[in-house]
Amino acid sequence: MGTIFNLQQIINGLQVGSIYALIALGYTMVYGIVRLINFAHGDFFMLGAYAAYGAFFLFNASLAGKGGATAFLALAASMAAGAAVALLANRLAYRPLRYKPKLSSLITAIGVSMFLEYFLSALPAIGPSYRSFPEILPKTQIAVGSATISNYVVIDIAVAAVLMIGLTALVKWSPLGKAMRAVSQDKDAARLMGIDVERVIAWTFAIGGAFAGAAGLLSGMTYPRIFPYMGIQPGLKAFIAAVLGGIGNIPGAVLGAYIMGLAETFASAYNSLLGEGIAFAILIAVLLVRPRGILGEKTADKI
Amino acid sequence: MKPYAFVSAIALAALLSSCGGGSAGKEIKIGGIGPVTGEAATYGVSTKQGMELAFEEWNAKGGVLGKQVKLVFADDKGDPAEGATVYTKLIQQDKVVAIVGTVMSKVTLAGAPIAQAAKIPMITPTSTNEKVTQTGDFIYRACYIDSFEGNVGAKFAFDDLKAKSAGIIFDVGNDYSKGLAENFKNTFEGFGGKIAANEGHPSGATDFKAQLTKIVQAKPDVLYVPDYYNDVALIAKQARELGYKGPMVGGDGWDSPELVKIGGAAVENGFFTNHYSAADSRPVVQDFVKKFTAKNGAAPDALATLAYDAVYIMLDAIKRAGKTDGAAIRDALAATDLGVVSGQVKFDANRNPVKSAVIIEIKGGAQVYKTTVNP
Repeated sequence: MGTIFNLQQIINGLQVGSIYALIALGYTMVYGIVRLINFAHGDFFMLGAYAAYGAFFLFNASLAGKGGATAFLALAASMAAGAAVALLANRLAYRPLRYKPKLSSLITAIGVSMFLEYFLSALPAIGPSYRSFPEILPKTQIAVGSATISNYVVIDIAVAAVLMIGLTALVKWSPLGKAMRAVSQDKDAARLMGIDVERVIAWTFAIGGAFAGAAGLLSGMTYPRIFPYMGIQPGLKAFIAAVLGGIGNIPGAVLGAYIMGLAETFASAYNSLLGEGIAFAILIAVLLVRPRGILGEKTADKI
Repeated sequence: MKPYAFVSAIALAALLSSCGGGSAGKEIKIGGIGPVTGEAATYGVSTKQGMELAFEEWNAKGGVLGKQVKLVFADDKGDPAEGATVYTKLIQQDKVVAIVGTVMSKVTLAGAPIAQAAKIPMITPTSTNEKVTQTGDFIYRACYIDSFEGNVGAKFAFDDLKAKSAGIIFDVGNDYSKGLAENFKNTFEGFGGKIAANEGHPSGATDFKAQLTKIVQAKPDVLYVPDYYNDVALIAKQARELGYKGPMVGGDGWDSPELVKIGGAAVENGFFTNHYSAADSRPVVQDFVKKFTAKNGAAPDALATLAYDAVYIMLDAIKRAGKTDGAAIRDALAATDLGVVSGQVKFDANRNPVKSAVIIEIKGGAQVYKTTVNP
């Protein structure tokens, strides 16, 4: 069993889990507030990767040699792009359907997702083919015991951790966070208390989109190949992670994402063919045994 | 309506007969097929360019059997149904005496039975699937088959790289990748080498670290990666990240400028088997590269080369047959022993060519000709 449960594989799993976690947060926050499974969320992730790609070529020349500054700008660009497209999708597609049957929003989300994928594929500047993502920071390896860790692993895990701690603080202690929690509990009551519900929803989309964008950058750096359909698989996995942790629950999404990352890694190491399937096996198991997820609250209807 | 129908029937008959000159006319018609549109459009364009150059050269030398040869080219769009249609069209409507085509195995598999049934000799330039030539005795190919490539990779790893143990990572959803991996394993073990780890990955994956960790921890002397360039680049990067420093070997799926663009330094110390190398110093290769580049403005890839070779093999057979009868051409093809750009070609009993493969090394971000491996 030493080839499956060892330090290297745990690190691999944490790296995958960090990217899932950033995406899963957006799913879970939006669901928590407006009870919408935003299937276009994986595409916000994809747009973040493309924004970082664009920012790199825009700023790399003027910041030659300053990898850190370029990386920071790329992160800012990816988060801004993710937030912007999430806001637009909310304003143009979801808000008009807010008080219509939930199914309409769900189908619209699928439409938004397809629109983003196919529209970008049709744009000559982006196109349907793979693009190689530049190496923004030089890659270095550190040997830790029996494992080899690259600085990219550290960056992935650290960026995810910092953003998640920031989000927790925001939700717990800021007025916006308080308003978000209020809206998620009861929209009408929140409105009666003078909370601008639409504004809170917009913020939620923006934060979720920014996190997905950041995940896009990390994914682009780690797996340097980007294309308009790159968001589909991670989006699906992150959605399962959110369901596993209890959709609507922020710590749950993070927990679910890390469980997914580790489970996929261990399963792949045990048998290559299991890796891809384990996510869906987990989904089925959760839906059968504990439909509200590990940390989820009991609700009558889910989707 | 009746007179009208009668007239159009006459007109149709006249049209058909004027199309069907065949070998009775002043020229010999040969069908060419490739996907010049659709998902594999660059494959088709290269193929067509290769064929056209070969026809020009033969006609400049006076053609075959005292007649000029004419290429009747058709687009199969990379679609098996469309492929079956154009095979039928070329044979029944254009009355070609032989067919060179097509590129993708799945399309060739749809067209080959039609050529076989009509007893029209056919050679595919690049369909590597084993089943293609098993269709019948009129079906040949100019490229080697998947299993051969795996064998050559193993031979190179064992003999030239002196590897005693190997790790393999392959795409479980791709017959090409699976076939190469399987044959590499068998051959390498046949030489007395050890397969330290043999791991599959799902199609479309981007994270290969779980599998690679297992492989790297088994400490193989060589890593065999029979994948397409997009996956190879990611696998190479992640393998290097996990501390693997040894050589990597792969197949013709590596042949793309994108490999180095995505893979960067990680694909250095990488080697792959290919049909031909533009850097091969043999005069026949250099002559072809020069002419092709002058005509098309870019160096030929393996697809253009094999299409060019396939035309040469077919026209050489017609010349030796002395007539354009299908069975005679078939028998002449079986007796082929011809030096073409991709090597010296003879056919085995399954109508697959027995010829050498080249090994290409990725060095300093470029493809460098390393060596030629004979079967």
